[in-house]
Amino acid sequence: MFLQTLITGLSIGGIYALMAVGYSLVFSVLNFSNFAHGAVIMLGAYVGLALATKLNFGFGLVLAGSVAGAGIIAVLNEKLAYSSLRRRKAPSLYLMISAMGCAVFLENLVYATIGSRFYAFPEFFGRQVVTMFGSSLSLLDVGAFLFALTAILGLHLFISRTRTGIAIRAGVCDMTMCSLMGVDLNRLISIVFLLAGAFAGVAGVFLGIKYLVYPTMGWVTNKAYIAAVIGGLGSLPGALAGGLILGVVETFVSTYVSSVLRDVFSFSLLIAFLVWRPNGLLGIDSEDKV
Amino acid sequence: MDYILSIVVLACINMIAVLGLSIFTGFTGLFSLGHAAFVGVGAYTSAILTYYYSVPFPFALAAGAAAAGVVSLVIGIPTLRAKLRSDYFAIAILGFGEALRVILENLDITNGARGLPGIDSFTTLPVVLICLAGGVLVARNFLRSRWGVACIAIREDPIAAEMAGVRLFRTRLLSLVVSAVYCGLSGGLLAHFLSFIQPVMFTLLQSTQLLAAVIAGGMGSISGPLIASFVFIALPEALRVAQMWRLVAYGLLLVLIMVYRPQGLMGYSELSSLFRRKKAEPVRRQP
Repeated sequence: MFLQTLITGLSIGGIYALMAVGYSLVFSVLNFSNFAHGAVIMLGAYVGLALATKLNFGFGLVLAGSVAGAGIIAVLNEKLAYSSLRRRKAPSLYLMISAMGCAVFLENLVYATIGSRFYAFPEFFGRQVVTMFGSSLSLLDVGAFLFALTAILGLHLFISRTRTGIAIRAGVCDMTMCSLMGVDLNRLISIVFLLAGAFAGVAGVFLGIKYLVYPTMGWVTNKAYIAAVIGGLGSLPGALAGGLILGVVETFVSTYVSSVLRDVFSFSLLIAFLVWRPNGLLGIDSEDKV
Repeated sequence: MDYILSIVVLACINMIAVLGLSIFTGFTGLFSLGHAAFVGVGAYTSAILTYYYSVPFPFALAAGAAAAGVVSLVIGIPTLRAKLRSDYFAIAILGFGEALRVILENLDITNGARGLPGIDSFTTLPVVLICLAGGVLVARNFLRSRWGVACIAIREDPIAAEMAGVRLFRTRLLSLVVSAVYCGLSGGLLAHFLSFIQPVMFTLLQSTQLLAAVIAGGMGSISGPLIASFVFIALPEALRVAQMWRLVAYGLLLVLIMVYRPQGLMGYSELSSLFRRKKAEPVRRQP
């Protein structure tokens, strides 16, 4: 029972981490809370769904298509809704409200055009179950967890090893300085949004397979914000750690305490972290400066 | 006619909540994505009092407003004392609002997610208008008082204000409590107008709508947000024909306002100043 709970928690945590990484990446560069991230995840799931049901693509192609689709949507979102605010150096709260507007817009656009029906992905993995240490695990859970780990590790390598990655890290430190050194900021930020969108696409497909696809599925990203805060906003390893911790803790609370209190507990955790440790477990110090 | 009347009443109820948030956001400079929860607390407290305990309506309203004020202390004291960055504060209060909604959904006395039906409808147009007029008057006087001026100073520059002897924590907390009381009052009126309330009515989306009205109306203005909130309530009703599309338009409007007119309808000015002789514009640091 304990092990079962732990592994269920880890697999949910893996999906939280996928969502939190994209959110955290945008936060680290532009310093605002991108509430439209959930909508991008939802659209990614719809793209994957369309590919899977209309074109009968296999899992790999569906995932690739959804990654590309969500990435493009995220970039467009930035160009249309954030870029002019960013150039004007508007306070981050204006960006947040613009993001909220995008979320409302995209979600209701899907309502109005596709409808509020719940859709299920075709069963890619069947209901295969692996037995390990006397507890049974669904193949999907294990796969989602491993895939999340690999993808985040890949992103980490990209950010720490490549030229573009170095530029992104420089942008996190100081945008103005970074552009003085000859980095094309617009391109850089597009790349950041492309990456965030790609991760949103992966998260969308896994969420869609594990649960269902519907217009408000993006609201789960509330959990991604919490995960990102726990791990430290703007830190990638932090987003991974935060996602896994949140997934495990939530599963334990709903198994051993009460499933009703789960969300109250998560939100309290969010507030506690913001008050006592606003930089999270692995975040860098970011005080308001004079 | 009844239909138009009910839209006007709804808009006025919403205006009271927006007025409260305007004090907190427009004049104190802190953003909140959780004020719908205070509306919810006010609505549930007053509705439960009249529904189960048959408390007279005015007392129930006052109790609802007071309850919202007290609840705001729960989140306000730790977060404002910690001097969170303003965007962290917005996320913290968002989490608080959502947690509060989950609690409302799971209490017995609130009848859970099914909602509380059959509340007596005491709210009439005169009642709402009196509350709104009183609210505007109090807000105006509050903002001209020592405390109000301190709030504005904090909005302009918290560090300079602190240097000048304004106590950041106390002033911000006061502003939060005042705004929550307004929201609680609005909630009480709402519950006794619709005669049915449900936790779903007080989510993040509603908080965003309140904040959007303040932003669209303009920071540092009382009349601007009031006009904006009236438009936000009345416009969707006028667009009823286009059911599904009105929220799409609403989201788009938010983005467009942020992109093209971030100072809002009446940023840092009042309706009445349009009729006065033009004074020299004070030099203002643009955000």
